[in-house]
Amino acid sequence: MAERVLALRVNGETHRVLTSDHRTLLEVLREDLALTGTKHGCDVGECGACTVLLDGRPVLACLVLVSQVATGSVTTIEGLVEGGKPHELQSAFAELGAAQCGYCTPGMILSASALLDEVAQPDTDEIKAALTGNLCRCTGYNKIIEAVELAADRGQL
Amino acid sequence: MTMRLPPFDLVTPTTLQEAAGLISDPTASIVGGGTDLFPKMKRRQTTPVTLVSLAEIDALKGIRIDDEGRCVIGAGVTLAELADSPLVPAVVASAADAIASPQIRNTATVGGNLCLDTRCNYIDMPELWREASGHCLKDGGDTCWVAPRSDHCWAISSTDLAPVAIALGGSLRLVAADGERIIDVDDFFQNDGIDYHTKSPGEIVVELLLPAFTGRATYLKHRRRGSIDFPLLGVAAAATFDDAARCTGIRLVVGAVASAPLRAIAAEEFLIGREFTDDVIEEATRLASNPVRPQDNTDTGSRYRKWMTPVFITRALQEIASDDTTNQEEEP
Repeated sequence: MAERVLALRVNGETHRVLTSDHRTLLEVLREDLALTGTKHGCDVGECGACTVLLDGRPVLACLVLVSQVATGSVTTIEGLVEGGKPHELQSAFAELGAAQCGYCTPGMILSASALLDEVAQPDTDEIKAALTGNLCRCTGYNKIIEAVELAADRGQL
Repeated sequence: MTMRLPPFDLVTPTTLQEAAGLISDPTASIVGGGTDLFPKMKRRQTTPVTLVSLAEIDALKGIRIDDEGRCVIGAGVTLAELADSPLVPAVVASAADAIASPQIRNTATVGGNLCLDTRCNYIDMPELWREASGHCLKDGGDTCWVAPRSDHCWAISSTDLAPVAIALGGSLRLVAADGERIIDVDDFFQNDGIDYHTKSPGEIVVELLLPAFTGRATYLKHRRRGSIDFPLLGVAAAATFDDAARCTGIRLVVGAVASAPLRAIAAEEFLIGREFTDDVIEEATRLASNPVRPQDNTDTGSRYRKWMTPVFITRALQEIASDDTTNQEEEP
């Protein structure tokens, strides 16, 4: 079983990680780098709780091998904070109560941030489409969509 | 409960020849995006010793139009790239966009969806569950739990791209260590849940080739939710018409009701030369849906899927009969 040292680019920092081939990005983020904002949900790609951005695009950390992202740049929910200031989406989710139990929230926010990077003022259907891979078991979807709309509006100011 | 991947060594060749050599080892398995393979490995449905990643092979990337006007889609193209490509027929882009979720489409590949393992309620389960219920045929046991008297596996073909590729008359280029071949997508599959395609373990799907197509085409996908879910039923249709609105050529394919996409040959033959009137569509629907025998092995019962089969075939034929061919997903 091969072990290798990877230089992993996460949230703008390079981490040297000793790991084996069969470990997922999710395992290394949570267990080796203590970035527990990335949630561990279904483990088989159905829930979206482990969504992270790989080179700006949302992917599922439970279905990506850590050794396959060594050349890419990973953004987790922790990486959205800049200079101690929450991302516009994080503020909007908090203000509107778009997090109930909160377990899906990091994934929701990362999927939404990828959308807002591409479409500054998405309509409701575009927001829904961008979030179709993120399940909220509390079913609090309306607030989540409103929070994305609020963040988009503020981003325009 | 954490389901970790079983240990394996990952090798990442950069050329097709190197990859073809590596996968001749019977304990090795190909991995494209891994979105289908990794959940199966986590459930210990398969435990390859070596994974041969196709991610770094340039020959598998990109979409282009060749000298013959064919659309050539690399097997390593992600479903997100396919869905966004202006080079591919609209029906292909919309079928790709209806697969899984945005996150999975950013990772999953065209080759992976075409070679997608067949699925069943009795195989896509954790190891403990499969052991407790008794291993099924596809799992190395001696009984198909869907059809206990059957001598073969009934797991379902769940690829959305294959029915569309067959409807468009597509073919695949396969490369092995000792050469290459091109095979019609229609001939690539066979109706057996275990040996569901004719690719040998040493072959790699390199490209999907779609001939230039100027007719009308659609793909209707039926599933419980508008995202993530595999198809309960998929109907792909592609046809050309003469100036009098008579059909000059058609392919009609029903997906997710058997272990391979099913061509509705009798319906196709009936439709040639005919205008798609209500009566003609009704008869073609009858011909196409009668042989369909879905089993009780996925989400919703088999009776429901059998019942919905003619409904979706009719809708698909109505869509291509009219000028307004917009590919769409049907709500249950």
